[in-house]
Amino acid sequence: MNNALILLIIIPLITGMVLIIFRKKIVFHRVASAAALLVTSIISLILIYQVKTKGIQSLQLGGWEAPFGISFVVDMFSALLLLTTSLVAFACLGYAFRSIGTEREANYFYPLYLFLITGVYGSFLTGDLFNLFVCFEVMLISSYVLLSLGGTKIQLRESIKYILINVLSSSLFLVGIAYLYAVVGTLNMAHLSARIAEVGQDGVTTTVSLLFIIVFGLKAALFLFYWLPGSYSAPPTAIGAIFAALLTKVGIYALFRTFTLIFYHEPQITHLLLGIMGVATMVLGAFGAIAFSDIKRILTYNVIISVGLIIAGLASYSLIGITGSINYLVHDMIIKALLFLIGGTIISLTGTDKLGEVTGLIRTHPYLGWMFFIAALSVSGIPPLSGFLGKVFITKGTFEAGYYWLGGVGLMTSLMVLYSVMKIFMNAFWGETNLSQEMEKGTTKGVMFPIVLLTMLTVLLGVGAEAMQPYVKIAADDLMNPLHYIHAVLGSNSLQ
Amino acid sequence: METLMAITIGFLFSLGTYLVLTKSLIRIILGTSIIGHGVNLLILTMGGLKTGGPPLLGGEDLSYTDALPQALILTAIVINFAVTALFLVLAYRSYKTLRTDDMEQLRGYEDE
Repeated sequence: MNNALILLIIIPLITGMVLIIFRKKIVFHRVASAAALLVTSIISLILIYQVKTKGIQSLQLGGWEAPFGISFVVDMFSALLLLTTSLVAFACLGYAFRSIGTEREANYFYPLYLFLITGVYGSFLTGDLFNLFVCFEVMLISSYVLLSLGGTKIQLRESIKYILINVLSSSLFLVGIAYLYAVVGTLNMAHLSARIAEVGQDGVTTTVSLLFIIVFGLKAALFLFYWLPGSYSAPPTAIGAIFAALLTKVGIYALFRTFTLIFYHEPQITHLLLGIMGVATMVLGAFGAIAFSDIKRILTYNVIISVGLIIAGLASYSLIGITGSINYLVHDMIIKALLFLIGGTIISLTGTDKLGEVTGLIRTHPYLGWMFFIAALSVSGIPPLSGFLGKVFITKGTFEAGYYWLGGVGLMTSLMVLYSVMKIFMNAFWGETNLSQEMEKGTTKGVMFPIVLLTMLTVLLGVGAEAMQPYVKIAADDLMNPLHYIHAVLGSNSLQ
Repeated sequence: METLMAITIGFLFSLGTYLVLTKSLIRIILGTSIIGHGVNLLILTMGGLKTGGPPLLGGEDLSYTDALPQALILTAIVINFAVTALFLVLAYRSYKTLRTDDMEQLRGYEDE
């Protein structure tokens, strides 16, 4: 029992609710939401420490023992993601202070933002499949409103599609839950894992697991990503960045959780399918990233490519592949937020996102340019930045598992990622400066802090990778050994 | 009873799918709502249909009803209701702004 787990849900939720009451006090909104995220960052740091020293932590809500009550569980994998979420959310919030505009601030931007983070925390923490659905919905409903907040034409058009695809995938999620309940008779993840390990994963269970691949694939933009490029480029920069950093990652987390804890007995069917979908995601995403010539579209396709790469590590289902995926997942959350923030800053400076119309920004904004350069190297996995280690481990894992095509495609798409982001760098920052400082539509004043913060994080994560590895190793070990999780949740009940 | 439920659920799903595939936005929203109802019935059926058993474990009766699916459905109904309400408001707003509810005209990107 560890009550710190529930604090991560309560703090942003209650803060958001209080903020709704004080609608007019914008400064209070800013201070309170930043404070809430700082506190949750500290709590997730404490959780990482506790998981390292005392093993997987769990909380049975209301004292109802698992599997009868709802369990909250945090292992090293979710603890690392919780910390990264807190940091990225804090940085994007800092960007929103200066860029989101008073109109949106007065219309409950900050409460919605906190509810979104609540949903993400909840999804990482929960140990119950139905509760995962509820946390998904908390996150999604906030994202629906954030996406349409402001009501411009493109936002409305894209939110309709985004809501429709997510409502349908939520329905399919419930269908999966219903079938699984009929087959196994429980929804607690640890209990599910124990029972399926006991009776074996038969054809029906495997079929249900394929339904979960579709559901989480839709959320994670794994192959079923056709909704993503439009809806992630519609909202303002701060919202787009937090979407790109967090929302697909929650789907990836759910895939990792279900396919390492519950449905891991038939990897030649489920994990192979995940691998094939991963390859298709990487290839199609790379085509998109190369084909388009506007900043936002290129960056959204980069989100898709990285989803495929992370899932490649899961598909290999080897310790080294999973280690790589965890490394890359943490890196990707930071780097996607960073790329979106810098891309959004370029667009707000120049007033256009067509690459041909932006040149020579390095003269007027050298720091922004070099930080974009660092981000571009990091996202394509150049050492010593943070993307390198994850990519090496994922590739090694896929080779060990015999999926040479998977690792090979991963490496090929890395080159295309490099090309696509360098295209932005060379077009936007090199060349003749066609925009004097007086002519600029926006300003970098006040928005540089979050960008610098995230750049420092990606450099630190790359240079200090050695220090992080013990934690990642624990996370990967626990993912590969479902018994650890089961014992932590069910305790002495695990034999029943 | 299970057969009847299966046919009903299948009918609701096919009706919902048909409506989601139409062009008009309001029909699409109704379609998602109908699929939501189909899902709720599915959860109910999957929990096992019994008549006359109280939802108590450990009582005198040998037959008891599982109360969990009903708790799940209650949550799912609330969420479905909230999302449908939001979706309808958004549809109205986008009809006022975009002057159309035809999905054919809302497809693709602006610059294509």
